[in-house]
Amino acid sequence: MDLSVRIGSLILKNPLIAASGCFGYGVEYADLIDLASLGGIVSKGLFLKEREGHPAPRIVETPAGMLNAIGLQGIGARRFVDEKLPELRARGATVIVNVCGTTLDEYVEVSRVLSEAEGVAALELNISCPNIKEGGIQFGCSLNGTFDVVSAVRKVTTLPLIPKLTPNVTDVASFARAAEEAGADAVSLVNTFLAMVLDVETRRPRISNVVGGLSGPAIRPIAVRMVYECRQTVKIPIIGMGGIADARDAIEFMIAGADAVQVGTANFVDPLIWSKLLDGIGDYMRRHSLARIADLVGTVDTREKDKEWISS
Amino acid sequence: MPIDVAAHVIANRRLSSDYNVVALEAPAIAAAAAPGQFVMVKAGAGLDPLLRRPFSVFEIMRDAHGAATALTILSKRIGPSTALIYDARPGQRFDCLGPLGRPFTPVDPPADAWMVAGGVGLAPFATLAQALHTRGVTSTLFYGARCAAELFYLDFFRALRVDLALTTEDGSAGERGRVVAPLERALASRAASSAVMLYACGPEGMLAATARIAMKYSRPCQVSVERIMGCGLGGCYSCVVPMRAADGGFHHVRSCIAGPVLAADRIVWDT
Repeated sequence: MDLSVRIGSLILKNPLIAASGCFGYGVEYADLIDLASLGGIVSKGLFLKEREGHPAPRIVETPAGMLNAIGLQGIGARRFVDEKLPELRARGATVIVNVCGTTLDEYVEVSRVLSEAEGVAALELNISCPNIKEGGIQFGCSLNGTFDVVSAVRKVTTLPLIPKLTPNVTDVASFARAAEEAGADAVSLVNTFLAMVLDVETRRPRISNVVGGLSGPAIRPIAVRMVYECRQTVKIPIIGMGGIADARDAIEFMIAGADAVQVGTANFVDPLIWSKLLDGIGDYMRRHSLARIADLVGTVDTREKDKEWISS
Repeated sequence: MPIDVAAHVIANRRLSSDYNVVALEAPAIAAAAAPGQFVMVKAGAGLDPLLRRPFSVFEIMRDAHGAATALTILSKRIGPSTALIYDARPGQRFDCLGPLGRPFTPVDPPADAWMVAGGVGLAPFATLAQALHTRGVTSTLFYGARCAAELFYLDFFRALRVDLALTTEDGSAGERGRVVAPLERALASRAASSAVMLYACGPEGMLAATARIAMKYSRPCQVSVERIMGCGLGGCYSCVVPMRAADGGFHHVRSCIAGPVLAADRIVWDT
């Protein structure tokens, strides 16, 4: 069975990627799982400098999901290169770095720093974090902003470039197209949905940032729909995510059009989920006589059904 | 290295209308756990509630040969997960990941150990009291609760020769009021030359007050903080605590891997 997937010039050994913000810098999980067994890991979002993020409470659980506003706490691109990357390389991890910026120049500079480092496999451009005041989603909610960031970073890196799209727009596929036209190698989607949870007794928000991003199985059907829409619109690979909690969920995203998938919230629930996902995908491929997982991508059958059985 | 097991519920002992102790068959975790460490437990198999919850390892259960067979958790029913734990039935399986986090550092004689517990904050002190007893440390437990019916395991601590200083908010047992009152009196009357280590776990206000008193009397204090946690492994950055940095500012540390036991005088308390 061939589980490999191609994202631009990058070939992943399988389609399972740990999602940004849900896997620390990867080193936190190095003793628990074999990092090299994943298709890839995406680091926490990195700016040029360190950031402390929002005060606690930063998360609250919701029905089949969770709301978070971490505020992109992070150690900055240079410390990541010096302190985390060597161990990730030694562990054989395929490292995708999530690139943040408050300005276009910062995206460019962070991308340049990471492109010069040994051992970065790809850059995921975070133009979709809903939880910071400046940058991020400001670019990701404007077609011109998306085009400009991707174009600018494209000029300074040869690494596969993967803008991560926000679902907090009317037509996500048009953003995927803007990214493609600007030279992106792939797109990843979806980031979290802006949401809010209140304590009705105290009338206070349940997280310090008042609003946050919703993730987990609750959002999965919306995310699958958005991946499907993007698949109809762009030719570049799509990395799908949003509430994947088992192998069937991952397969659903791939049928809808995702070449690879990311898993985030479910990793909190079960940090050993990765081998279970791989086993489940292998089992599915056997049952459906699939030799290559790539053959599953974008195979939604929307043909009109034979209507005989519902006639009368 | 943490271990994840689908642990059988061996027993569920209800201590009150809100508190219970659940024994989980997780011998490898129990054998490896140090006082102050915690486990991430998922009660129920479905998507709601979704996340695991952190619990201090309360007791280590052992067989006749002294080998660890199970661990217990002390739970207070405050939400959907703890409601499921309150209703746990023997034979159910709860996913249990651990041991996690940095434990208490036990002292040795001649230093004394003073434990300060509020409510469900009693949880990490059963194993700590045992460790201190083994080391021959003279220990006191300052233990506050809402009422007499919510003071648990007193005989357990007495059996370990732990002195008890009890308070209740309604005065139904011990001294009426907050647990920091007898703590401060005891510190005020203790000779500065005799060493004592404070250990605290409980509501944030109690921890902050304990930290203040410890600093006032120049005593070292280890606190076990409780934060809303997503993963327990350092992956999500949910459970952060602001700690003083060398430059005079602060730095958010993840209480799951840098803690849950932290030096009280380095935490930036906001209460």
